[in-house]
Amino acid sequence: MADQQHRDKNKVSFFNRLTHSFSQMTVETSISRQAYETSRGIGIKIRNLSKSFNGQPVLKSINLEIQPGEVFSIIGASGTGKSVLLRHLAKLLKPDSGEILIDNENINFEPGLLIEQKYRYSMVFQTSALFNSLTVGENIGLWLREKDVLPERRIRRVIREKLRLVGLAGREPMNISELSGGMKKRVAIARSLAMNPDLIFYDEPTAELDPVTTDELARVIANLKDKVDLTTIIVSHDLNFALYLSDRVAMMHDGEIIEIGTPEEIKKSKNPLVRRFLYTTTKGIQGK
Amino acid sequence: MLTRLGQILLTTAQNLGEMLALLVETLFYFKDAFRNRVAIVAQLYEVGVGTLPIAVLMSLFIGMVLALQTGSQLALLGVQEKIGAIVGLSMAKELGPVLTSLLIAGRVGSSMAAEVGAMQVYEEIDAMRTLEINPVRYLAMPRLIACLLAVPMLTVFSFIVGVTGGAVISDINPAINVPMTVYYDVLVRALDMSEILNGLVKATVFGGIVALVGCYVGFKTTGGARGIGQATTRSVVMSFLMIFIADYLLTRFMM
Repeated sequence: MADQQHRDKNKVSFFNRLTHSFSQMTVETSISRQAYETSRGIGIKIRNLSKSFNGQPVLKSINLEIQPGEVFSIIGASGTGKSVLLRHLAKLLKPDSGEILIDNENINFEPGLLIEQKYRYSMVFQTSALFNSLTVGENIGLWLREKDVLPERRIRRVIREKLRLVGLAGREPMNISELSGGMKKRVAIARSLAMNPDLIFYDEPTAELDPVTTDELARVIANLKDKVDLTTIIVSHDLNFALYLSDRVAMMHDGEIIEIGTPEEIKKSKNPLVRRFLYTTTKGIQGK
Repeated sequence: MLTRLGQILLTTAQNLGEMLALLVETLFYFKDAFRNRVAIVAQLYEVGVGTLPIAVLMSLFIGMVLALQTGSQLALLGVQEKIGAIVGLSMAKELGPVLTSLLIAGRVGSSMAAEVGAMQVYEEIDAMRTLEINPVRYLAMPRLIACLLAVPMLTVFSFIVGVTGGAVISDINPAINVPMTVYYDVLVRALDMSEILNGLVKATVFGGIVALVGCYVGFKTTGGARGIGQATTRSVVMSFLMIFIADYLLTRFMM
């Protein structure tokens, strides 16, 4: 019996490998309405994760554990490997070695396991990565429509709600080219939230935002943290934003995690690299 | 020298292998064609309706030039009444499918490569992956279906217009002076259904090549605006080459 199941699984894997090899195993799964309406924070474990580009190591044996429901920020200077680490978690890059366990499942980029993915994740890209050929409303509703999760009337309501949540009520018909950088970022956040994810990744969410909009975004994330059970991972070099929102913060330097702790622990760190990053003149922590 | 040759062979083999993988995955997603019907109709409009005016104009002039040049030579031998057969066979078997496909490769294939390439460069395809939307199903499948349907249809138009252009020139040019009735009589006698089908098979294969190459080059684009520009050029060059090679092989096979 077990042998038969193993053989069946291999059969599926071979077929998927044959029919999905070009798209790097982007296997589409369906989702029920009931599953959509409930989200749960999920945990992540990273073990000895390494990645090099053209022989240049970018991640050096990263070990990290993120608790379910946590808001976790990865901070550090530009070019230290933060976004590369995030792209591994979002399955957009394959590690050279090491493993990532999300929801206790090893995401080893094998087809069979991808099909069994029982959680929803979404990512807010640094460039927003909105679909230029679609309107704001269509961008936000794309996933819901593609997965056929809800009836059309309900989808339009979700779009309205998510846009209101990010302060862009009534902008559904606008084209992406008509939006400012900050508005694009907020639409990207609304698109991610429309999935009602268990796990959400933000790659430099405040990079193009003015201080007022950054505050609004911080309020949105804090609000979600209180109301919805989801795990949030933020990659940012916006120090104050990360320290204000996060339950825990990790600092990366040169492809390694050099410090990890609560915002208070990070502020008190004796590590000179951390202190140099925290206490800069223009963007550092105020009042020190 | 040998190392360089080996590298070129390896790159070519890799490109062909990846293109085959893209083809298999795209064909797999044909099962979702009904679900993506809106995108398919939009692509059909872009490929078919958008290209029709220029395809018609091109075929008209090709038919006219073919009649003019061949007709005047035939007239020297006193067999100018055969002009209908020559224009008809050339347009049905070779010029119609090949030139229409080259036009599609230049007009549509390049724009596919640029559009998909821009989506690749600006992380839209990565975003699609995180939304668990397969980019091959969402982008390549509608484009391939549209090209497979639109290019043969355009070839039919191209044939009709080209043959008509040839008929007009054969009739009005005093050096040829073949009446339209004679032209069509000879053409109908020379042309049978299998020849037209040969042309349509070629057009379908070439249409598939254009869409596949356009999407493949787009998916493999890297390096910002410059990369997108290079992808556009690469898609046209690759499509042209593959159309010529496929044309020879199909002609040999269907002889």
